[in-house]
Amino acid sequence: MSILTFTIILLIGAYFAGLLGSLTGLGGGVVIIPLLTLVFHVDIRYAIGAALLASIATSSGAATAYVKEGITNIRLGMFLEIATTIGAVIGALIAVYTPTNTIAMLFGGILIFSAAMTLRKKNQEASHEGSKLASLLKLNNSYPTKDGEVSYKIKNVGAGFSIMTLAGIISGLLGIGSGALKVLAMDATMRIPFKVSTTTSNFMIGVTAAASAVVYLQRGYMDPGLAFPVILGVLAGAFTGSKLLTKMNPKALRIIFCVAISFVAIEMIYNGYNHKF
Amino acid sequence: MKKILSKAYWADRDVEKLVGLQLRYGVIISSLMVLIGGAFYLFGYGRMTIPDYTQFIGEGPGYTSVKGIFAGVANLQVKEFIQLGVLFLIATPIFRIAFSLFAFVLEKDKLYVGITLLVLCVIFFSMFGGLKV
Repeated sequence: MSILTFTIILLIGAYFAGLLGSLTGLGGGVVIIPLLTLVFHVDIRYAIGAALLASIATSSGAATAYVKEGITNIRLGMFLEIATTIGAVIGALIAVYTPTNTIAMLFGGILIFSAAMTLRKKNQEASHEGSKLASLLKLNNSYPTKDGEVSYKIKNVGAGFSIMTLAGIISGLLGIGSGALKVLAMDATMRIPFKVSTTTSNFMIGVTAAASAVVYLQRGYMDPGLAFPVILGVLAGAFTGSKLLTKMNPKALRIIFCVAISFVAIEMIYNGYNHKF
Repeated sequence: MKKILSKAYWADRDVEKLVGLQLRYGVIISSLMVLIGGAFYLFGYGRMTIPDYTQFIGEGPGYTSVKGIFAGVANLQVKEFIQLGVLFLIATPIFRIAFSLFAFVLEKDKLYVGITLLVLCVIFFSMFGGLKV
């Protein structure tokens, strides 16, 4: 296959990965890894490098809108970033000593977990009870809704911080944003309203990915020939996805995609188990 | 100068809005660089067969260090130009942290100046800590 044909096919594939990642809320990076490894038979290490770039591009691109609306809790994001960046560096370090088959199987597991998480019912209520640590760290805040500003308070800061460290390690090890784990920490543990937790998680994904991306770049995981179609394709797909989301309710689509993603995940685990990576 | 350093000056301009713009332009500029580099890459290498991506060899020093990338760009190498766009993309969220640091300094929020510095330190450690192994 010539480079031109390969690039065009990959560009189209990355576009759909970005679209799918945006519609399901999984993020573009998560879909790009199975696309590159299972369809194009690219070594998973190159795939991880490309996926990290896709995560940075989509999260930074989307963050613009959220920051303007004042939903993102910057202090909360910054505080939790201590955990995710340290985790990301640890993850990138362990990655060297982890066999690629193990990485592929772990990725499959996280993919199923992420798909299940997007279907789960989200926390809509703003909590009025906060912990002492949350007010000490000035994490309690408010966000704009249709009915005016709603203030919320935050619980279980320590537990949330610990899950964020794990999210960072997974992100550094697998090259994904691990948005699902971030939402789990903020939504289910710290009881933050869903709108705030998704936007704050998106804000953090770019920073977490950048912390491990600098290590992967130096290790030679980032190939310009793959980076070029992946970055552009995923960005365009995510952009289309965000436009579509304002027009339709993707609930049914989301279920179909999440089931499809789970099959892909099973194939990743199966191939990893049979040492095909 | 005094005007630029005063809190009111920046409150008017809304640091958060500025951060949003910085992120948007970071992504736009880096994807344009990747697009231009990519177009020339296809023009020059398009007809060749694809490199063997099934085996991981790792990229050479021309693509993995800032020095190597800049040297390649100076010599008008297209792949290095794509990699410069990649570098710019990775730098975008890191600049965003630096922006937030600036905002917290203006707000005189010592706690968050410390927290933001800690996050920056972790990122710098992963850049220069010799973790590439």
